[in-house]
Amino acid sequence: MARDNIDLINLENAGVRRDNRWLVRGIDLRIRKGEIVTIIGPNGAGKSTTAKLAVGTIRADEGCVQRQAGLRVGYVPQKLHIDPALPMRVDRLLDLTAKVSLDQKKQALDAVGAPHLATAFVQDLSGGEFQRILLARAMVRRPNLLVLDEPVQGVDFASEAMLYNLIRQIRDSTGCGVLMISHDLHIVMADTDTVLCLNGHICCSGSPDSVVSNPEYLRLFGAHDTAALAVYRHDHDHIHLPDGTVQHADGSISESCHPDKHEHNRDGHDHV
Amino acid sequence: MGMIMFDDFFIRALFAGIGLAVVVGPLGCLIIWRKMAFFGDTLAHAALLGIALAILIDVSSLIAVPFVTLASCVAMMIAKRTPSLSSDTILAILAHSTLALGLVLVSVTGGRNVDVNGLLFGDILAVDTNDLLVIYAGGGAILAIVIWQWRRLVAATLSPEIAEAEGLSPQRTEWLFMMLIALVVSIAVKLVGVLLITALMIIPAAAARRLVTSPEMMAVLASILGVVGVIAGLYGSAEFDTPSGPSIILAGALLLLGLTVVPRRLSAANDSTAHHHHHDEAGHDPK
Repeated sequence: MARDNIDLINLENAGVRRDNRWLVRGIDLRIRKGEIVTIIGPNGAGKSTTAKLAVGTIRADEGCVQRQAGLRVGYVPQKLHIDPALPMRVDRLLDLTAKVSLDQKKQALDAVGAPHLATAFVQDLSGGEFQRILLARAMVRRPNLLVLDEPVQGVDFASEAMLYNLIRQIRDSTGCGVLMISHDLHIVMADTDTVLCLNGHICCSGSPDSVVSNPEYLRLFGAHDTAALAVYRHDHDHIHLPDGTVQHADGSISESCHPDKHEHNRDGHDHV
Repeated sequence: MGMIMFDDFFIRALFAGIGLAVVVGPLGCLIIWRKMAFFGDTLAHAALLGIALAILIDVSSLIAVPFVTLASCVAMMIAKRTPSLSSDTILAILAHSTLALGLVLVSVTGGRNVDVNGLLFGDILAVDTNDLLVIYAGGGAILAIVIWQWRRLVAATLSPEIAEAEGLSPQRTEWLFMMLIALVVSIAVKLVGVLLITALMIIPAAAARRLVTSPEMMAVLASILGVVGVIAGLYGSAEFDTPSGPSIILAGALLLLGLTVVPRRLSAANDSTAHHHHHDEAGHDPK
């Protein structure tokens, strides 16, 4: 069990320099197994650069970057346009970057509640379905680290809640670390362990609650809208499915929102 | 039997065309998915410069043509880093200046009676045994690399971002893809000429699109349809005494047309005949 505490990723004072300009500098970022870290910051703050630094697609020009040996990354992009000339069904998309077994594909599709979409063409999926398929694709080869770039941008509220539930379930069942990018603290997942507020450097970091009251955060995002300062939390423990049934946070499905058996049964999910 | 007497040159042309079509199928799909048809065109123009150079300095076109097309690839990659011009513009400049330079060089060496027509539209009937060897050995190697790197090629096409994050280095894959195109163009230029190479690559792939459900199926079907186009085109050119290169492309284009337009018409027509049929049955019993 001691191995579980090994860092997946550890950046110390890392910086990236391009054309005599520091894109990001002084980045300390640590992701442990089972931990959810969210990077927030305005456009051009270096969120993607930091994520690339963490994943290893760009090198640090200063500082120290350590990654767990054999780290497997699953990546969910912000946007993905697939040319209609490219015939691509969901089951083929799942082995985009590596060959995976039929069993693994089935498990991944089951995990995101989309086993019926296996033979659908990706170009025919709705926005919410596509999002889930992208998540299934990222988790199919059982990554140690799931990286999501603005996963809920442009998704409606129900899909957003569902997506966050899925991410949490994946984290709980596989124990992978999660790195999320968001431009907005309001849509930071409630289960985030650490929020990194970025603007070329780390303005502040900590739990979502501590970040939201940090003066550096207020300076960056402004205090003009006091209502917006409350951290957005997902108290929703259920989602209404299109067929009128209700899916609860534990994945079970029932006819109504409040069946008597459903009282804070989070399946032994313990908060650290 | 006995329709047309086929000489060795015709058989060689048939084999050359079939070999090339098989190799070109998957690459044509990648060109379509990546929207890089113009890139293929540019390399084809560069290939003409290669042929002209080969004549001028008296080296084998086997060396000169791949050299020039690969060099054009590198030039394009470097020019791409100059953000002041779009890649579209760079391709057009490169395509037409290499073509112009090639044609000027050919005219300089014109004393040797260079067949400009053959350069532009190819001369598949002039294929010799050596050419066949190049097509099958070189083409075979290209096809082997494409199959070996297929997953990476598709992944880098669909999303360089995902490929990169998951450790596939799509940049390197794109380089490889461009070089493969350069090499296949170098082989194809003698058969179908500068102006028809891109068509040879993308028409079978486009014809395959509507009939398939996966990138792999599309690649295989593109090769098969390419072979059909070559056979139909060559027999057609013998039958009607038309130029072979254009006939092959034309056969492919007709195949494409048949596979995309006609099935819709047919199914629409089927619906109306079905109605008709119903009507008829009331009147009399069809024998």
